Amino acid sequence: MLRVVNLSVEVNGKRILKNVNLYIKKGETLALFGPNGSGKSTLLNAIIGNPAYKIVGGRIVFKKVDITNLPTDERVKLGMAMSFQNPPKISGVKLIDVLRYCAKLSGNQEKIYELAEKMKMKEHLERSVNLGFSGGEVKRSEILQLMLMNPDFVMLDEPDSGVDLENISLVGKAISELLEREMEDRKKAGIIITHQGHILDYVSADHGAILYNGKIACIGDPRDILDQIRKNGYEGCLTKCLKDMI
Amino acid sequence: MSEGYDIDREKLREVGIELDPKKRSATFIQQDQEVRNVATFYEGVEVMSIRDAMKKYDWVKDYFWRILRRDQDEFTKEADSEDVNGYFIRALPNVKVEIPVEACLFLHRARTQKVHNIVIAEEGSELNILTGCTSHPSAVGMHIGVSEFFVKRNAKLSFTMIHSWHNKIEVRPRSAAIVEENATFISNYILLNPVKLVQMYPTSYVYRNSRAIFNSVIVALEGSVVDSGSRAVLKEPGATAEIISRTISKGGKITARGQIIGESEGVKGHLECKGLILSENGDITAIPELIARKPNLELSHEAAIGKIAEEEIFYLMSRGMSRDEAVSAIVRGFMEIEIKGLPEVLKRTIDKAIEDMKDAL
Repeated sequence: MLRVVNLSVEVNGKRILKNVNLYIKKGETLALFGPNGSGKSTLLNAIIGNPAYKIVGGRIVFKKVDITNLPTDERVKLGMAMSFQNPPKISGVKLIDVLRYCAKLSGNQEKIYELAEKMKMKEHLERSVNLGFSGGEVKRSEILQLMLMNPDFVMLDEPDSGVDLENISLVGKAISELLEREMEDRKKAGIIITHQGHILDYVSADHGAILYNGKIACIGDPRDILDQIRKNGYEGCLTKCLKDMI
Repeated sequence: MSEGYDIDREKLREVGIELDPKKRSATFIQQDQEVRNVATFYEGVEVMSIRDAMKKYDWVKDYFWRILRRDQDEFTKEADSEDVNGYFIRALPNVKVEIPVEACLFLHRARTQKVHNIVIAEEGSELNILTGCTSHPSAVGMHIGVSEFFVKRNAKLSFTMIHSWHNKIEVRPRSAAIVEENATFISNYILLNPVKLVQMYPTSYVYRNSRAIFNSVIVALEGSVVDSGSRAVLKEPGATAEIISRTISKGGKITARGQIIGESEGVKGHLECKGLILSENGDITAIPELIARKPNLELSHEAAIGKIAEEEIFYLMSRGMSRDEAVSAIVRGFMEIEIKGLPEVLKRTIDKAIEDMKDAL
């Protein structure tokens, strides 16, 4: 579904991603790990087309369309979506207005209130999007937007950070549904960035990868990688990864 | 119903004038120096021309030039003339009217339209006024509008002024208000269409435990010069003021002023000027001023001018909006001020005026 070929990306003139290659098939979910500043968010922002992330080399192909130079709204219409780690607060633009646009993409207009209720965001509908939302509310609002968009390719940038214990299973289950993890014949695919890996208690992933210094450094079973990171840190995990390769 | 006016209903509606007794408690329309229509549909609300009010009540002259000075500047001097006209609007004591009074000042052939308005919300009353000021497309000239507002003890007055002029009109409103004990004065100003020049600095004198709220939404298009601000003088303990402005320059020049003067202990004021420049030729100067003349008071301000953040546009595009839709949603959101205590019907009028404007941005 998604193919990233030799992708290099700069932010404010600084090279963040270096020749990244990635291939994600229909039905597959990739858990992406990596230390702060390794380029995880950069990769997702480049795929969705954030103009602040400048592609200086390589291409992105989604559903056989080269989207490297497409504006974000056109990428979204092709069926991809992203939940952001720190989305902007926009004064005067209400959450409900944003949700209406999201629902328009999938024809899910009649589900807005039902899903807002499910994600405990009904009280926030008339408020400016993200303005004064708590960390957990921001994440629930992001996931709610994605549920209404119902994309084929789902990118989640730390969907579990700032979410309290009470709501982590709510968010986790919603993501699992978004990615059709419980279904045999999955059509959805996606990438989940997770720092602590909490979300993986609720969402299964097919592969795990570590992004290190702007490069994909290690690929393997997501739970193994997570265990290694927890035990030995990223460096230790990479060392082991190299040994296994030899 | 608009027969007899050289002004079409659409233009009137644009500035909130409906001419519908179901939606308004009274109507007043003045073209140049002549009053064209006066009708009151609600008991306890008096609406008439200032000339008739002078004839009817001996005491009206005592309200004339009570807050403003005749010799304040060349424009007040010019308005202080025999042929001045304008409206007299008064809510009788303890009368509460949610349905707004509408008043229209229309400039057509006069070189200078001179207006002197007196608005009185008597003790314990509640009054809502919607003033729409507009001009004929062919008009060339100046509008001088002197307005004196008296909000008496325990009264509440919401005054919303919508301007829709043309680019050959110069506008010089001169307004001031006295807000007595436990009273509330809300003043809203909306300017969305081209104008040659608007220059004004309305002032409220705010007494014990009373509050003044000023909100303005100003869009200056190419060729327009707008120098506008609000001033609150907090005279006695417990007085509060809130001045909020949202200005957008699409090629026009804006000076957004604001001043809160604390003359007593135990007063509180907040000033917020936010500006957005949407064109290369745009020009916004924000001048917030806080003056404290006693200890133990609380005055604050917040001023920011910028362009639309690319991050916000991108975020909305990532939810399926086109770039134009995203920009328009952000600009509309920027203009949307949460106005405390404003009746729903006035809020709808303001929203509609902003909505109508959206396409031009």
